[in-house]
Amino acid sequence: MTSADVVGPDGAKPLEGEDLPGGVAGLYQRAWFNLRTGNLGAVPIIVGLVVVVLLFKFTATNFFTSVNFVNLINESTGTAMLAFGVVFVLLLGEIDLSIGYNAGIGAVIVAELQLPGSGHQLNGLLAIVIAVAACAAIGAVQGSIVAFVGVPSFVVTLGGFLILQGVILNQLEQRGTIIIQDRWINYTDSYGFSPLGGWLIAAAISLIYPLSVMYKRWAARGTQIARVNLYGFAVRTLGAAVVAFGTVAIANHAKVIKTTLGLPLSGVIIIFFFILLTFLAKWTTFGRHVYAVGGNAEAARRAGINVPRIRVLVFTISGATAGLGGIMFASQVNSVALTFPPGNLLLNAIAAAVIGGVSLFGGRGEVRGALLGAILIGTLQNGLNTLSVSNGWIYIITGLVLLGAVTLDTVAVRLQARSGR
Amino acid sequence: MTMSDTTPLLQLRGITKTFGSVEALTDVDFEVRAGEVMALVGDNGAGKSTLIKCVAGTHAYDSGQILFEGREVSIHGPKDAARLGIEVVYQDLALCDNLDVVQNMYLGREVNRFQILNEAAMEHTTASTLKGLAVTTISSIRQPVATLSGGQRQSVAVAKAVQWNSKLVILDEPTAALGVAQTEQVLALVRRLGEQGLAVVIISHNLHDIFETADRITVLRLGRTVGIFERQTTSQQAVVEAITFGAPTKVSGIPSTYAPAPEVGGDG
Repeated sequence: MTSADVVGPDGAKPLEGEDLPGGVAGLYQRAWFNLRTGNLGAVPIIVGLVVVVLLFKFTATNFFTSVNFVNLINESTGTAMLAFGVVFVLLLGEIDLSIGYNAGIGAVIVAELQLPGSGHQLNGLLAIVIAVAACAAIGAVQGSIVAFVGVPSFVVTLGGFLILQGVILNQLEQRGTIIIQDRWINYTDSYGFSPLGGWLIAAAISLIYPLSVMYKRWAARGTQIARVNLYGFAVRTLGAAVVAFGTVAIANHAKVIKTTLGLPLSGVIIIFFFILLTFLAKWTTFGRHVYAVGGNAEAARRAGINVPRIRVLVFTISGATAGLGGIMFASQVNSVALTFPPGNLLLNAIAAAVIGGVSLFGGRGEVRGALLGAILIGTLQNGLNTLSVSNGWIYIITGLVLLGAVTLDTVAVRLQARSGR
Repeated sequence: MTMSDTTPLLQLRGITKTFGSVEALTDVDFEVRAGEVMALVGDNGAGKSTLIKCVAGTHAYDSGQILFEGREVSIHGPKDAARLGIEVVYQDLALCDNLDVVQNMYLGREVNRFQILNEAAMEHTTASTLKGLAVTTISSIRQPVATLSGGQRQSVAVAKAVQWNSKLVILDEPTAALGVAQTEQVLALVRRLGEQGLAVVIISHNLHDIFETADRITVLRLGRTVGIFERQTTSQQAVVEAITFGAPTKVSGIPSTYAPAPEVGGDG
């Protein structure tokens, strides 16, 4: 794809012509162009995931089992949920350090509200809604301080980190642990669908990608975005179906071994939010404005975008996903303890987004990156656990993967800058 | 249109602007007609940017009149200017590098239905706007602006400014950071804007660029208008003299046209 800088209305290339041929050759050329311009997409992380899975398959005895697979999903979903919010915050070029303890607040509120005999016991679903709303409000307050007062988000959310940690300590210090008995709350992480339910969900999920692409093609007839490389489309559609049905097949196999397992509801919740937030980021004015503010806040402001409003909304989203993720973590162990949230939740969530290709410099990245990153981190830590590797080494290896991913991102940015003539 | 051909689209009369005790603009007159490229030149600190910011609504002027299409208007902010059809392309271009050409063209004014983007409509209009301006060197309007050359970025910024039925486009140093070929590309675009009936104001330090594009040249010096030249009948030397030594054309409030010294040689 070279575009000559030759002046003149005559003999110039037609505007709409993207000079890439269709078919397999076009797929190859597009891949090479993306590689050259530092637009690596999801390729490195999928490659990394395959390598990690194969590595553990041959080294760990208990890793490649269906039961462990379902456990892996349950372990990764909480991180993925937090990482979704991190994606939006990072897209703005901001950071939210409070999400770990905001998740803790969500868990504590839910646990308090479901407590039998406490005098304020509520229906589990209502408790979840209230907890998520509270966490979103905490995010909104922090976002307002960032947007309207101009305090750097690092400092605001560091303050939030300490304050929320203090609130959780005060709340749990006397009791130590609150047991969660409400089945709705516990379902968020441990409900397993029946085999048939699993298959139906797999069918629905594998249809979403091709249908959305086909709708996009239809809605944008005759434009470049409607041009889809058919081979790439087929590969991705098939890939999505294989992953969906494969996941359900393994989960159903696990249900045979242990009847409480099966396709976990937590996984379905994560896919639901993945689709919802991808839609928000890519198909709506709000999402477009988030990318614009992250790319060039001054340009966004001059274009009439209400930049403070975008900032507040993004921190609200971050708070809401943190609360939801915290509830999922609590439901995993059916309780909230003083040790909640698990020590590295915050860093795992940020690492997941960054490993998934979301740039720390703002404006670059996608929601799917959080999902893939969370799966990679979850797989890595689960596999190392089954190998009985010490916690120290788990941290070291996670850190190295994070370092590698950020290095790749930095190199990609430089490549992209260089490809701009 | 009710106004005659001779009524300037934008007319500034006696604009004065002070920053504390510093007089940045003193009794400045300026005008630009539809279909005309008017250059605004002057040394550093002559007041070019201040004058432009008064028109764009970023600065409030202390006294004077602004007439747009023959009617007096008041511009209190960028939104007032935009409503009149005045768009400014600043030197930094205000583009989002991470977004593609179409997304930048519609930044902040996305075509949407219930907040859901209508990409097809935006892409079609962008393609035809660029085609109308003969901006043809961009191979794909779906590539991120980061991958464009300086000239292409400038073209996108200009196209973005004219897309919204604007009547007056002000370009601040559009060629400052560009190479030779890209400068030509942008200057051709500037001329085309004039040919399409827009009023264009171009600020530049480069007299070569000005003599390539402008129909008339207004020279500012130390916050005062020191001359308005017809490009056809003046020389670069005369303009340089006005920039460096020019005396105010208005003395004690009596407007007059700058009478250039007897010239030697043709125009630049």
